[in-house]
Order: sequence, then C-alpha cells, then structure tokens
Amino acid sequence: MGAKLTETNAVSDTPWLNQDGQQPLVKIKGLTKKYGGWAAVDNIDLDIYEGELFCLLGGSGCGKSTLLRMLAGFETLNSGTITIDGVDMADVPAYERPTNMMFQSYALFPHMSVEKNIAFGLQQDRMPKSEIGDRVHEILKLVELENFKKRKPKQLSGGQRQRVALARALVKEPKLLLLDEPLAALDKKLRKQTQFELANIQDQVGVTFIVVTHDQEEAMTLATRMAVMDAGRFKQVGTPTEIYEFPNSRFVADFIGSANIFEGRVTENGADHVRVKTEIGEVFIDHGQSVNVDSKIWVALRPEKIHIVKSQDPASGPNQVSGEVDDIGYLGETSIYKVKLPSGHIVDVTAPNQTRPMNRTHRITWEDKVNISWEPSSAMLLTS
Amino acid sequence: MTDVKAQKPTIAAAPRKTVFQRFMRRVQNNFRLIIIAVPLVWLVLFFLAPFFIVAKISLAELAIASPPFTPMIEWLDGGVVTIRLVFDNFAYILNDSLYFDTYVNSLKISVTSTIICLLLGYPIAYAIVRSGPVAKPLLLFAIILPFWTSFLLRVYAWMGLLADQGTINNLLLRLGLIDEPIRMLYTEFAVYVGIVYTYMPFMILPLYANMEKLDGSLNEAAADLGSRPTNTFFRVTLPLTMPGIIAGSLLVFIPATGEYVIPDLLGGGNVQMIGRVLFNEFSSNSDWPVAAAVAIVLLFLLVIPIIIFQYFQGKASQDP
Ligand SMILES: Nc1ncnc2c1ncn2[C@@H]1O[C@H](COP(=O)(O)OP(=O)(O)OP(=O)(O)O)[C@@H](O)[C@H]1O
Ligand SMILES: [Mg+2]
Repeated sequence: MGAKLTETNAVSDTPWLNQDGQQPLVKIKGLTKKYGGWAAVDNIDLDIYEGELFCLLGGSGCGKSTLLRMLAGFETLNSGTITIDGVDMADVPAYERPTNMMFQSYALFPHMSVEKNIAFGLQQDRMPKSEIGDRVHEILKLVELENFKKRKPKQLSGGQRQRVALARALVKEPKLLLLDEPLAALDKKLRKQTQFELANIQDQVGVTFIVVTHDQEEAMTLATRMAVMDAGRFKQVGTPTEIYEFPNSRFVADFIGSANIFEGRVTENGADHVRVKTEIGEVFIDHGQSVNVDSKIWVALRPEKIHIVKSQDPASGPNQVSGEVDDIGYLGETSIYKVKLPSGHIVDVTAPNQTRPMNRTHRITWEDKVNISWEPSSAMLLTS
Repeated sequence: MTDVKAQKPTIAAAPRKTVFQRFMRRVQNNFRLIIIAVPLVWLVLFFLAPFFIVAKISLAELAIASPPFTPMIEWLDGGVVTIRLVFDNFAYILNDSLYFDTYVNSLKISVTSTIICLLLGYPIAYAIVRSGPVAKPLLLFAIILPFWTSFLLRVYAWMGLLADQGTINNLLLRLGLIDEPIRMLYTEFAVYVGIVYTYMPFMILPLYANMEKLDGSLNEAAADLGSRPTNTFFRVTLPLTMPGIIAGSLLVFIPATGEYVIPDLLGGGNVQMIGRVLFNEFSSNSDWPVAAAVAIVLLFLLVIPIIIFQYFQGKASQDP
C-alpha cells in the first residue's frame, strides 16, 4: 500500500491492522448484558472501522441480536462502553444515534404502505418532500419493489417484507447499519443479487455494516472481517480466510465449515515443523507453532483438503491412513465420503465429482478400500 | 375417450348411506349456514321483533285501554281493514323544545363522558399493558372487580360519598379545607362522576386488548428511524390503537346516552337526560306512544355514529 494509493482511496482495505492510525468508527469495550444473573453478551471488546462489513456468526441464542440491539440503543448496558464516531453512546437515546437497524422480525409499520414505511425515516430528518420521493423511488428500484409501493406489509410475501425492511434501513444511509439476518428469507438468486448490492452500496456511500447471518457462505463472500460468537463471547475475530484456515479453537474449526478433529500429543516441536501423534496416526505439519512437546493438542482437518484414492495397499508414514468407505453423500458438485479407519474413527472427505458418476465401477464406492492423505500444510493445530 | 366413460361411477355403484349419515352430510355441507343462523335468529327474536313492536306503538295514539294505545290494524265490520299510522308523537317530540333540549343535553353528557373516559382510560390501559407479569393480572382484575357488586349498590355508594353530609364533604370539613359543604350530589358533576366511573371498564378493556397485540418492536423501529417518543405516539401507536379507541368509545357512548339510573339517582331532577324522560312518559304519564317515539328517536341518534364509524372503517380498509 503506497502513499499514492491512499490519496485516492482514503480508507485502506485492511483498516483493522491500523497501519495509518485511522480511528475506529465503533469502539466497544467490556460490553456486558445480563438477563437475570445470566450474561447474554459477556464482556465483549471490538473495534470496527469505517467502510467495514463486519459479520457476526454464531449459534441460535448466542447473543448476536442482543449485541446489535445494544448498539442501536434498545438495551441498557450492564457494563462497558460503546463509542460511535468518537461519541460515547451511554446517554444517547436510540432516536439520536447515527445507526439504523434492520430488525430480525422486520418491524414494519402495518398501517403504512411500503412507500410510507420507507419514507418514515427520511421524514424524521425533515427532508424536503421531493427529495424523499426521489430517495424512496431509488431504493424501491434497488430492492425490486416498485410495483408494490402502494401495498401494506400484510399484502406482501415474507421475502418482499424482508426487502422492505432492508430498504427502510438503507434509505437513511446512516454511518452504521445494523442488519439482523437481512437476507434469510430471500431465494438464492435474489440473495446473491442483494449481497452484491449491499457490497455496492457500501462502496458507493461508505456505510459501515454489521451483519448478523446464519449463512457461512454469505459471511465468507460479504465480510471484510467476521466474529464467531458463542454464549455471549467472541471466540475469534478475523478475516474470513483467517477464520477458515487458521481457527483458534475446536469450536471455531467445527462451527465454520466442517472439520475432522483428533486428539493427540506433540512428539516433536521444531522451528519449521511440528509432529503430533494422534488417535489416527502420525501427523506432520510443515510450519512452526508455539506448542510444547508432550502437550495435549487437537488436529483439525478440513474434508476438502484430504485426498482419497482407491488402494489395496495399506498406507504407511505420516499424513496418510487407510480405511474403508462407510458411506457416501452425493451433493452434486461434490460427494462426501465417510471413511472408517481401523481405529474405528470416521473421517469425512469431500471430493469434487469431476466425472459423471453414472458408471459405479469408475468411482470409489461403498466398502472400497481407500487411502487418505493430506499435505503437510493442511492440518490445523488447535490448543483449545 | 372410452376409458374416461368407463371410469365414471354409476349411481347404482355408490354405497348406500343410512339416514343418519345423510343427515350429518347435510349438516356438514350447510355448516356455515347454521353458524350464521344462530345469531340471526337471536337478532330477529330479541332485537328486530321488539324494535318493530316499539315502532308500532310509536305510530299509535294514546287510548284509555289496555295496553294504552290504539291498534294499528283494525278489522271493521264488513271485512274492511284499516291501517292507522299516527305521526303526531314524532311531531310532538320534535316540536317541543323540552325533548329537543333533553336530547342535546344527553348527547352533551355522553360525548363529554366518553372523552373523559378515553383520556383517563387510554393511559391506564397503556400502563396495564406495560406492567410486569405479577401486576398485570392484578390490575386487570381490579378493572373488572366492580362488576362483582350490583350496579345499583355502587351508585348508592356514590350518593353517600357525594352528599352534602357525605363522606367527601365531611372529610374536607374536618380537615378544615372548606367551611361549608360543596354541593356535589344532584348536580351535573355527580352525573359525570357516575357515568365515567361506571363505564370506564368498557373503555379500558377494548383498549387493553388492542394494545396488548401491538408489537413493541414497532416503537423501537420508529425510534431507530429517528422518531421522538411523542411523534412515535401520534404516528404509530395512536393509529394502531384506533380500533380499540373506537370500540371503547362506542361501548361508553351508546349506553351513556340512554342512561337512566345514574342521572335519576345522582342528578336528581336537576339533570335532564333522555332516559329519565322516557321513563317518566312510560310509567308516570302512561303515555306509551310518546315514550316509544322517544325511544325510536334515541335509537336513530345512536345508530348514526355507528354508521359513520362503519363508513370510515370501510374506507380505511379499502385504502391501498
Ligand atoms: N428480553 C429478554 N429477557 C430474557 N432473556 C433474553 C431476552 N432477550 C434475549 N434473551 C436471551 O438472550 C440470549 C441471546 O439472545 P439473542 O436474541 O441475542 O440471540 P441471537 O444470537 O440473536 O439468536 P438467533 O440467531 O436465534 O436470533 C438468548 O438465550 C435469549 O433467550
Ligand atoms: Mg437474533
């Protein structure tokens, strides 16, 4: 990133690395929300920079919506601070915050038409009528609801309602947009399109997004960074690649994508390699990691990073094991093979279906003897 | 083609059904009709029929007979049938300023009471909806608690409270806040107190039912879009509670207009309301035709707001 580039594009692509001393737009410190004695959001720290599209992922009930609602100003904090654009939000009511939220339940006004729902926020800013009309028209075009603008929410389908809610939040172009599962009810085509539009809007107006999603693929494609949440805490925060390729715990490895996880002990810890004796055999990893010899550790292997070949000869050496195909799941583009090892463990392996599986004899099939192997760089070491 | 024909079932092939099965079939097929028929019969029997009887009496003349009015249809000798419709009663009521003033006064009192009930009941209903899980059933219970005692008893209790030598005056005198009793009983004030007190639950309960259904996240959404609480109230909460407001207001306005007991006991002779006039015509004067005409006019006065309401509702639901 040269100085020249930052002239034309003030916001760097990786603002969280804090190379140019940019202040974060949102600063969250020690944020906690308790219901009864139990913390729905538990001591969270997070900085989000302008222009980011930050995705929150996590299981149901882990506190994603609660976190968004605290940012929007609907929940009182038990402790911690939220600073948006340099202003402490402690005493700022929801209606004065520079945020807009798209509710998980949409919360559309049932007595107002689509058009009026969207215009409501702009009217609060005392915008001239003609400008409101233009903005509403524009956003309706974006979400493809121009023909439905006179309808009441009741007269719309679930996906259409979701688009109205999205449009209502987007139209005010706030500094920070909070979207609670914005695309969950859309069909695949419209979802892809809206994802693209979201990214576009972000480019054009420089809005910062925090998006809750259940869809990992969506998070992977949209997010500049993402956080994996569990029981009110952040398990890991990072770019999609970091989280997928370098998960910091078994929970994250298993939650994002799928992973075969085996327990083991470190037998050798060199500067540029680690050797682990696991339940399924020896694993050799060709990059160094600070682990202690003889410490307990977990090795995670992504199914798509394992090679599978039909073979009668038993495998020997590190990073390879023999087994037998126990089950096959056909997913179209890929198939998932459940390989049963002599030790009784089952390893998931995915392989692309590069040939049409019409003639079974050309494919690996049930009860075939197979060897599975992986590159020395593929195995992920997890200490927790 | 021939296949289709062959598959067509013949009447002979249909299994025979018992009489009971056929009856049940009928019931099922006409279920909607039966559902509608029950309230219809009820309405005809207990609303329309009495209405026509009263209407008939209102078009008769006072007579010294039993019942004390002339018949509408008479069979004279020689098979001649005469139908007599007398509109004198209506002319009398509409020309006599006593009746006119009483109607106006009744409407004034009932409209004012309805507004007072709404202004007091709305925040009460709102507070109940917002109250905690322990307080809510208790508060609701408190609202319907008065119905456990006789209405008449409760009005007598108010007489005891409001009288010159009543509880309130005695208390104020003893506290030295006043030197002589304030006249409350047998004034319009007492009538207002009675009506507002009696009909308040009819305002609160529909409002409560309406507000309870309101989605709390709508208020949050409005705030999120930059709307201050007062603006949110007028643009979101109020329009969405309009059905409750209208239902509650009608439930107060309609019975309050024809109210008889409250103006009679708490207003004495000083407050003229149409219910009292009607009662006097009927019992003291034994003038059934005029009493019936008073009732018919009252009915129309009450039907008009309902029609207006229906009209606006129809319009609102047609709105795109
Ligand atoms: N008002 C409340 N009172 C008590 N508990 C609550 C309240 N709101 C949320 N919770 C609890 O807090 C936890 C977090 O809720 P939250 O809505 O943030 O979950 P979420 O991560 O958004 O889940 P989902 O993906 O299902 O939407 C849940 O266990 C929920 O039961
Ligand atoms: Mg949620």
